[in-house]
Amino acid sequence: MELKTRLTADEGRQDLWISREFDLPLPLLFMAYKKPEIIEQWMGTKVLTFEPERLGHYEFETTDPMGNKHIFCGTIHEFEPNHKITRTFEMVNTSFPVQLEFLLFEQLTPETSRLSMHIVFKSEADRNNLLKLPFAQGINGAHNRIQEIVNRLKQQNHE
Amino acid sequence: MNLRRDVFQAIADPTRRAILLLLASQSMTAGAIASNFDTARPTVSKHLQILTTCELLKQEHNGREVYYHFNAAKMKEVAEFLEPFRKLWDDRFNKLEQIMKSEKF
Repeated sequence: MELKTRLTADEGRQDLWISREFDLPLPLLFMAYKKPEIIEQWMGTKVLTFEPERLGHYEFETTDPMGNKHIFCGTIHEFEPNHKITRTFEMVNTSFPVQLEFLLFEQLTPETSRLSMHIVFKSEADRNNLLKLPFAQGINGAHNRIQEIVNRLKQQNHE
Repeated sequence: MNLRRDVFQAIADPTRRAILLLLASQSMTAGAIASNFDTARPTVSKHLQILTTCELLKQEHNGREVYYHFNAAKMKEVAEFLEPFRKLWDDRFNKLEQIMKSEKF
C-alpha cells in the first residue's frame, strides 16, 4: 500500500521534513496533539506531564516490550491551536542531543488537513544516527501491537 | 531475492525491531534473546533467521554457543534507513487518523 507520509532528509543538511495529509478536519487533527488521553492512544505512550502553553513542558514515558521504561521530554515554545507547535524533544538517558521541532497544521478543505513537521538536529550525523534507529522510534507505538501479537501466539499455542 | 526490500520488511515487524534494539548494545545467544520475550522460542528463532538472512544480524560462534550481534553497517546508507523511518511515522499517523475518525467529539 502506498504510504501517505512524505519524508525528506537531504544530504549535507541537519534537518528533516515529515508531512502528511489527513482525512480529518483541522480541529480534529490538532486535538490529537492537544488532549493527553488522545496523545497516549496514538503515540502508545504514557503522558506524565503536559503543559500546552508558552514555556510549558511535557514528559512522556514509554515501556518497551522488555518492560524497560524510556522518558521523552521537552519544552514548548509556541502552542497556537489549529496552527502551530514549536518544541524541543529529548530522549532522556541516551546519547542523542536535544532536537528542535516545528509543527505546522493547515486546513486543506473543511474535511481534510495537513501536518508538516520540520525537525532540526544538532548535526547531520546526529540526524542520521536517529534515522538509523527506526526500531527505537517505533518501539513506542509498536508496544501495544506486540502485546496483541504475543496474546495471539499464546492463544494459538493453547489450541 | 530483493535484499533491499527485505531489510524494510524485516524492520517493519515490531518484534524484530525489539530484537534489534536489544542487540544494539550487546551480543546475545538465541536463548538469552528468547528469554526477553513472552513468545514461543521457535517464533523468536524464526525472527532471528529472517534478520540474519537480510544481514541485519550476524552470527558469531564461540565454542558451542552462537552469539547474534547487530550489523550496523547494513543500515549505513541514508536511502536504506529512510524508508523504515517513514513507515513508522505512517503507521503512527494512520493510528491517529483512525482514532480521531472513530471517536465522538
